[in-house]
Amino acid sequence: MKVAVVVFPGSNCDRDMYHVLTDVFHLDAEYCWHEKELPKNIDAVILPGGFSYGDRLRAGVIAAHSPIIRDVKKMAEKGIPILGVCNGFQILVESGLLPGVLLKNESLNFMCEWTNLIVENNKTPFTNQFKLDEKIPIPIANGEGRYYADDETMKTLKKKNQIVFRYSEVVNGSADRIAGVCNEDGNVVGMMPHPERAVESDINPIDNKPSSLIFESLMAKMGVGK
Amino acid sequence: MAIFQVNVTIENKPGISDPEGQTILNDLVLKGAHKTVSNIKTAKMLKFTIKEKDKKSAQSKVREICDELRIYNPMVSIVTTDVFEN
Repeated sequence: MKVAVVVFPGSNCDRDMYHVLTDVFHLDAEYCWHEKELPKNIDAVILPGGFSYGDRLRAGVIAAHSPIIRDVKKMAEKGIPILGVCNGFQILVESGLLPGVLLKNESLNFMCEWTNLIVENNKTPFTNQFKLDEKIPIPIANGEGRYYADDETMKTLKKKNQIVFRYSEVVNGSADRIAGVCNEDGNVVGMMPHPERAVESDINPIDNKPSSLIFESLMAKMGVGK
Repeated sequence: MAIFQVNVTIENKPGISDPEGQTILNDLVLKGAHKTVSNIKTAKMLKFTIKEKDKKSAQSKVREICDELRIYNPMVSIVTTDVFEN
C-alpha cells in the first residue's frame, strides 16, 4: 500500500506526516509535488498541514487550483481514501471536495493547543477503528479553523452523517463544534487537528493511542496489518 | 482598448460574524466620542488593473475571474466591483 503526501509551496507538516506513515506505521509513502501528476500506484492521498502560498487571499484557495488537485479529484471519485489535515482540510474545502468553509477563529488568534475530539462517524477509512463518541486528545494549530456551513449544507451534513469529528467543547467558534467532515461517500475526510503530532507517546502528553487509530483505520481499510 | 481599474470588495454575507469589525466598533470607535456609528464591517479589497474595450467589459471580465477562480467564497462572502478609468 502506498500513500501520497502532497507537497505545496508552504506545506510544513509534510515531513511529520511522512515520518509517521513510514517510521511509526511502516507504510510506503511518497512525497508528491503539487505541480506534478499523482503516481498511478497510489492507494491513499494525504494533504498535510502548513501554509500553502502563505494563506494569501484565503487559506487553501490558491493551492486548490494546483494541477495535482485534478488528480486528487479523480481519486476521490474512484473512492480512494483522501485525508486533509489543517491546511489540507482547507484545500479540500476550497477545491469543492468537501462542503463548508473555514473562517478565521472567533478569537482572531492563531490557536495552538491540545483539544479533545469526539468521533461522530466511525464508518470512514480514517475512523473505522473507533467506537462512536470515542474521545481523541489531539492538538490544533491554526488561525483559520472555524468551520462554517450555511443552513442547507448543515442539514445535509447531519442527514448524510458527514460530521466526522466534533470538539468536546467550544474551541474556536466552529458551527456545531465541527472539527472534521467527510464527503457524501465518506472516502474524503478533512480535519483541523493534527493526528501526525499525536501518535507518538514521546510528544503526546495525554494518550497517543486514539490518534493512532486514524492511521490504523486506514490500514484496516486497505487490509494492511499493524 | 483602454486601461481600467476595477476594485473588488469582498465582505462577509449578512449573518456571518465579523469579530474584527465588532472589535473595532466596540473597543475603539464607541469608546471614543463617536456614538453615531452603529456598525463596522471589515472587507478585503483587490484592485485589478485591466485592459479592455470599455468600462462595462472591464467590470464583467473581473467579475468572471472572481467567479471562476473563487476569489471570494460564495458560501460566506459577497463581492462588489467598482470600475474606474485609469
